[in-house]
This record gives sequence, C-alpha cells and structure tokens, in this order.
Amino acid sequence: MNRRSWIAWLFLLPNLLGFLVFTSLPVLASFGLAFCSWDLFSPPKFVGLKNFIQLLGNPRFWEYLYNTLYLMMGIPFGMMGSLFLAILLDQKLPARALFRLTFFIPCIVSGVGTLILWKWIFNSDYGLVNNLLWSGLGIEGPKWLESTAWAKPAIVIMGFWGAVGGPNMILYLAALQSVSPELYEAADMDGANFWQRFWHITWPMVSPTTFFILTMGIIGGFEGGFDAAYVMTKGGPAGSTTPLSYFIYQNAFQFFYMGKAAAASWALFAMVLAFTLLNWRCGGRRVHY
Amino acid sequence: MVVLCVMGITMVYPLLWMVGTALKTSDPVAIRVEGDSASVFPADKNILRTLLPRKPHWENFRLVFERMPFGRYYLNSTLVALLVTFGQVFTSSLAAYAFARLQFRGRDALFFGYLATMMIPGSVTLIPNFILMSRLGAIDSYFALIAPPLFSAYGTFMLRQFFMGVPKELEEAAVIDGCNLFRIYMHIILPLSGPALATLAIFTFLGNWKNLLTPLVMINRDELRTLPLGMTRFMDMHTADWSLLMAASLLSIIPMVVVFLSGQRYFIAGIRLGGVKG
Repeated sequence: MNRRSWIAWLFLLPNLLGFLVFTSLPVLASFGLAFCSWDLFSPPKFVGLKNFIQLLGNPRFWEYLYNTLYLMMGIPFGMMGSLFLAILLDQKLPARALFRLTFFIPCIVSGVGTLILWKWIFNSDYGLVNNLLWSGLGIEGPKWLESTAWAKPAIVIMGFWGAVGGPNMILYLAALQSVSPELYEAADMDGANFWQRFWHITWPMVSPTTFFILTMGIIGGFEGGFDAAYVMTKGGPAGSTTPLSYFIYQNAFQFFYMGKAAAASWALFAMVLAFTLLNWRCGGRRVHY
Repeated sequence: MVVLCVMGITMVYPLLWMVGTALKTSDPVAIRVEGDSASVFPADKNILRTLLPRKPHWENFRLVFERMPFGRYYLNSTLVALLVTFGQVFTSSLAAYAFARLQFRGRDALFFGYLATMMIPGSVTLIPNFILMSRLGAIDSYFALIAPPLFSAYGTFMLRQFFMGVPKELEEAAVIDGCNLFRIYMHIILPLSGPALATLAIFTFLGNWKNLLTPLVMINRDELRTLPLGMTRFMDMHTADWSLLMAASLLSIIPMVVVFLSGQRYFIAGIRLGGVKG
C-alpha cells in the first residue's frame, strides 16, 4: 500500500467504521436472524425458513400488506395535485413565491406535531373536519380514526395535505420550467387547446419527473406509515391502519419475536427490490420526450 | 388565481386551527364563564368565530412546561439533532472526498457497497442496532440516539456527487504548492461546497428532529425522551387535553420553520438535485 492510499483510508475511516458497525454488520445480523427464533432472553435457535413460511401463512400479514398498499393509493392523487399546483405556479402571477411557500408549509412542519394536529382535526366530536361538515353541509361526519371504514381514508387525506405542495411540486415546477416555450408557441399556432397542449407537450415532457416521483413514492410507501400509525391510531381500530412497518415494530419490540420481525423486514425489502427492478424494466422504457 | 387562494387556505387552515386550539382553555370552570373552549361544538355554526377564542389563553404555553418535562424534551431534541448534523456532515464529507478524489484499491467496490445499503429499509437494521445497543448497555443513553445516524451512506453519496463536479485545477495548483490532502480538503473542497454541505445539514437536522422510531426503541427513561416521543407519550396519557397538545406541537415545529426559512435556498436546490429522502 502506497502512502496516498494510506491517507485515503484515513479519510474514509470515521465513516467506514460507523458504516460497518451500524449498517453492514446489522444487515448481515438481521439476515441471519430471519432464519432464527429468538425472544432476546433465551439463546437464538436456527429454524430455517420457518419464519418466512409462518409469515406468508399469517392472514394478518396479508391484511397489513393490503393496508400498506391502500395507504399508497394517496400517491397518484398527491402527484396529480402536485402537477396541477406546479402548472398553476408556472403561470405569470403576482406573489408566486408566496404561494409556493404557502403550499410548502405542511411539508416543513411534518412530524409528530402535525400528526397530533390531524388526530385532533379528525376527532369525531369536536374536530375540524366534522365541524365543517356539520356547519357547512349539515352532514354528520363519520367517526374517522375510530372507524374501520374511515380510518385509512383519513390518513390518506392527511398524507395528501402534507405531500401535495412539498418536494414533488418543486420537482414538477423545475421540470415545467425546463420545457422549451417554442413547443407551446408552435402548438398555439396550430390552434391547440389547453388539454391538447397538456397531453401532447406537458405530460410527455415531465414524464421523467413523474417516473422518478412515483418510484421514490412507492419505495417510501412500502417502508413508511409507522409514525402515523403509532401516533394517531396505534394501528387500530382492529388493525385497519397497521402498515407493514408497524407490524415489524410490534413483532420486534412488543412481542419480542426478533426472528419473525427480521424475516418480515426482509420480505419488505424483497418487495421493494422486486418493484424497483420491475419498474426500471418496464417503466424506464416508456418514459420519453 | 382563485384556485391558488383556495388551495393556500386549505394548506394553512389546519395550522391556524392549531394556533386557535392552543390559545383556548381546557379548564372546565373557565369554559363555563367564557363560553368557548377547544371542546365545544359550535352551536351558532359559525366556523370563523370558533377558530379563535374570545379570550386567548397564553398561559397554555407555560402549562406545557409544567405538565410535562417539555424543556427537557426540547433540550434532548436540540442536542441530538445538532450533534448528528455536525457529525454526519463531517464524516460524510471526509469519506465523500476519498471516494471522489483519491485513488485506492477497492474504492469502486466499496462505493457500490454504500449504494447498495441505501435501498435497504431502516427496519432491517433497527433490530440488530437495538440488540447491539442493549449489549453495549447503551439503551437509555444519548449514545444510542446519536451514534448510529452519524454515519450516513446517503450523505456520503450526495456529497461525493457534488465533489465530483468541483473543478480539479485548484487542487492541482495546491498540490504543486506543497499542500497535503487534508489541507486541500479543508481549504479548497469544503469552502467550495457550501451549498451541498448546507443542504445535507438541513435535511439531516429536520430528519433527526422529527425522528420518532429510534428514540421509541432506544429510550425508556422520561428524561431522555426527545420531543416526538415525549409528546406522543403525553398524548397517550392525557388524550382530552387538546389545548396543551396543540401548544406543545406548535412549539415543537418552530425550529423546523426557522431552519427551513434560513436555508430555503439550499433546501429547494437540494430537492432539485433529486434523491431527497423524507
């Protein structure tokens, strides 16, 4: 080893050490753990594929996978909203920066504070939503977070509020601003209307951004949802708002089924990986301008 | 324009409601005297009048500190978020410099290893990290909250991409002048990378300020809880007290707004670079 590469390792050392201890080794340990049965107290026991077989045979797992996918349904709506807002903001308007900032606020303040706020907003007796429904439309609102039918939609609505004006809108805005104005001028000369301009110019031109947002959104969606479930509903009622991330947490840190939890987290990774590969295979080719 | 205004109001109204609730009282005696509170359904069906209380109860912000160790939570969150931010920017920038500029055997393979772990869900590493911390006897310590996120593959990746774009001529001149690599890193690379470092710092700070899962797993003692965990616990024990919860939530989001506003330029630029997490 020459002197220069010795120095290079010195630069790497602090990060690499932490990376090995807190990322690489845990990844390996977790993989091994997925094939063991362990409650933290007695020594771990190798059980082969039993954890995975039990997981796939557990109706709860499929129910929570369904919940996770259901909560991800908000992603396309949020993207449409983001694109819509970005198109509006792309016009020549007064106070554009102020609007952009206003739309971005929910994203800045996201976290436990706003989750508590939304739990209060969806409060069935005194919350803002039912308050508005009653005084505005004369409708007695549903019980939202306490009802198996409405708890998931409530979380999707909250997610829409938090995401629509966030990074996705900024990305769309950047994409729109890079579209050459000559394309629109040519369309105008041909007498294209608003929808034709949208479908034939805007939509294909922003399709790489759409693809990127969708990919990141779905990966995040598979892995996410823990905070909302823990703060707002504890996964309930009757498990109706439990996403896979919360299921893993419960198995590991409430029931101390470390092996099962590790197996579930690798199943989650397998789904994310499969989705990403599929996405790059199929979607990657269709994105064009 | 009308649509924009409607959307803007929709975005802000929940937060106004947060402020309104935070200023209302939850004391039953005061409710009877003043006739409004957080938990009174509007009999006159007028939303705007029920948004703000007739008499603001500023003492809610004081009560937050009396009913729970809110100051301690605040201190813990600040400490953890700041230390992780400084540490992560430091270790990531050192490693990123090595990956971007220095030649050594196994560099590309190692970098690929970093990239590969970025796709693995956090829940995969959380369980072994919990076990590691309990073996080290570090459960219920700041160490368990601060050490694991100090070393970030994501931060290393992001900074490496930026460093690759810094022109090499300056460094070559510095080498001729006899500068060593560490001085090049300190005096050329870092000063030229202000925006990238600021972006990483902002994202790291916000991400750690909001983090609920790590403290939830690693911390049992009340005095080590961070804001997200402390507030959630308080809510689970006193569900009815929405005024105090809203006052606490409001106080907890202020640092995020300050950090965002002071680094807005970098924040937006960071989003446009792509690959934003969270």
